[in-house]
Amino acid sequence: MALLDIEGLSVRFKTSSGLFAAVEGVDINVDRGEVWSIVGESGSGKSVSMLATMGLLPWTAQVTADKMTFDGQDLQQLSSRQRRRIVGGEMSMIFQEPMSSLNPCFTVGTQIDEMIKQHLGGSRKERHERALDLLAQVGIPDPARRIKAYPHQLSGGMSQRVMIAMAISCNPRLLIADEPTTALDVTIQAQILELLLRLQEDTGMALILITHDMGVVAETAKHVVVQYAGRQVEKQDVKSLFANPRHPYTEALLSALPERAGNQARLPTIPGVVPGQHDRPSGCLFNPRCQYATEHCREVEPVPAADDPARTLCHYPLEDGISPSPAAAGAARDNPQSSPHREVRP
Amino acid sequence: MFKFFLVKLAQLVPTFIGVTIVAFAFIRLLPGDPILLMAGERGISAERYAQLESQMGFDRSLVVQYLDFLKGLLHGDLGNSLVTHAPVMDEFMSRFPATLELSLFALAFAVIIGLPAGVLAAVKRGKTLDHTIMGVSLTGYSMPIFWWGLLLIMLFSSTLGWTPVSGRISYMYFIEPVTGFMTIDSLIAGDWGAFLSSLHYLILPSIVLGTIPLAVIARQTRSSMLEVLGEDYVRTARAKGLSNFRVIMVHTLRNALISVVTVIGLQVGLLLAGAILTETIFSWPGIGKWMIDAISRRDYPSVQGGLVLIAFIVMIVNLLVDLAYGVINPRIRH
Repeated sequence: MALLDIEGLSVRFKTSSGLFAAVEGVDINVDRGEVWSIVGESGSGKSVSMLATMGLLPWTAQVTADKMTFDGQDLQQLSSRQRRRIVGGEMSMIFQEPMSSLNPCFTVGTQIDEMIKQHLGGSRKERHERALDLLAQVGIPDPARRIKAYPHQLSGGMSQRVMIAMAISCNPRLLIADEPTTALDVTIQAQILELLLRLQEDTGMALILITHDMGVVAETAKHVVVQYAGRQVEKQDVKSLFANPRHPYTEALLSALPERAGNQARLPTIPGVVPGQHDRPSGCLFNPRCQYATEHCREVEPVPAADDPARTLCHYPLEDGISPSPAAAGAARDNPQSSPHREVRP
Repeated sequence: MFKFFLVKLAQLVPTFIGVTIVAFAFIRLLPGDPILLMAGERGISAERYAQLESQMGFDRSLVVQYLDFLKGLLHGDLGNSLVTHAPVMDEFMSRFPATLELSLFALAFAVIIGLPAGVLAAVKRGKTLDHTIMGVSLTGYSMPIFWWGLLLIMLFSSTLGWTPVSGRISYMYFIEPVTGFMTIDSLIAGDWGAFLSSLHYLILPSIVLGTIPLAVIARQTRSSMLEVLGEDYVRTARAKGLSNFRVIMVHTLRNALISVVTVIGLQVGLLLAGAILTETIFSWPGIGKWMIDAISRRDYPSVQGGLVLIAFIVMIVNLLVDLAYGVINPRIRH
């Protein structure tokens, strides 16, 4: 039985112009101790699907799923009191902006202590010891002094370490990290990722890493979910995803990696942006940006083939890097800049 | 923290000098002459007028008069009332506790009702309760104080007979003033009947005076809460699995209070100004009524002295608010 088992997750927001489906048809099934990654550009609904899992979306969101269980418990059926026992305790989350994710009015110690008190209990002294221990564990120098610090006295990297300490304070079985390094310096990014992976290995918790950085995915995850405009377009384990991307979007993301661009003068990019609420195209949502798109793609919404383990959301999934789409041959000729460069490997 | 306090204190000096100029000029800009008013309908001879004018010092140039006023002020001397000839400071101080007592009760009423109402409206945003609270508070905010006061007196005092119409305490009691606060003095005297009576007399004036601050506090609390509810750290608090009550009352309210406290501080000035009307309606023997009398008699020293003292008190309250800020908000303290 998977630790986190989600099928057909969709999130709709009530807006002034009706319901907006921010996330639709996302499946994820994380086993104990596994590292997963969710990738996609901004606006792909990565964060929203995980916030929905945690139950952290505002009241304007309608969350539905065919299946949504954590350790066998149906998250949709739980009372809010029962759910709060899981959220924070067994399943915790860290966020993109560490500086604004800590409450400016309370010290680091108070905020960690509050979490321990909520889920584990124990005497004041025990909790204090544990908080000190956690701060040391996440690599904060001089924990005895830092525990009394207010968030505004910490750097971004330090704040994220405190967030991590807090998130792992109750020995969660699943940690969701929502772009934990996006707001940090490049040098700190690597340290934070390393820390997360080390903690994952030490504690054996499962980790879901939301990111838009394919490089991070390659270094960390075992399984990858690719999302585009709120849809899950592909789900594979990391090796086959890099060797054999099935969806044109995944392929385009991979070819935008500097390591794969080889010695081209310009880095390949994906033209255009992720469609928002008002500019969703008909047919396949990726069709305006897809070099293999055909008339069929522009008219008919794709569904994953039943026999496709990657559940690729495409009319013409790539086979060994070659698109069976009738438009493929023409695209390669017309647009050499963004053609795939599969021969270049990291 | 001490340095922060000193800086704030130093910033008050120019404001205070400005206040003295305004207070001095304001009453002299009004048409009317204290000597002619004193003489009444009988009129006054030119010689007697000149004699009184030089006796009161009004024959000197305005600049000299102002500097004289300033010099007295530095010695804590605001001059004597032209009407009663008693020192303005004594007149003010004997009445001020009544106003302060009323203002504190009004403020307590406004905060105790307004703060929870604002929190509730924010939590129930967009629901009927939110619209009701905000509608009522807008009505309260737009209410002319004297009209509202008279309405309440008609309903609760005349028709229902639940509350007294005017005064600070029932005529049955005489309490020796110690602090000037009727509630405290009656407790010092150990007279429970008098204490309850003084509270009874405070109810209506406090409600009338507290209505506008209540509306302002409720609205500010609501908007400030809504702003903080959207912050990342509130999401973090929810992600910790804390109860909704704790998320709202600890993580959100604590941060929302920062701007609410500022607004509460600003209400103190409004309360002292509003007290003038409320005291007139309820015959409350405080500085409001005294100031009205002084203005109508063109009692220059009383008016300028009273204004300066009220302004001084408002400034001190704002300083205290700034200090309270530091206590609530660690980003300012450190």
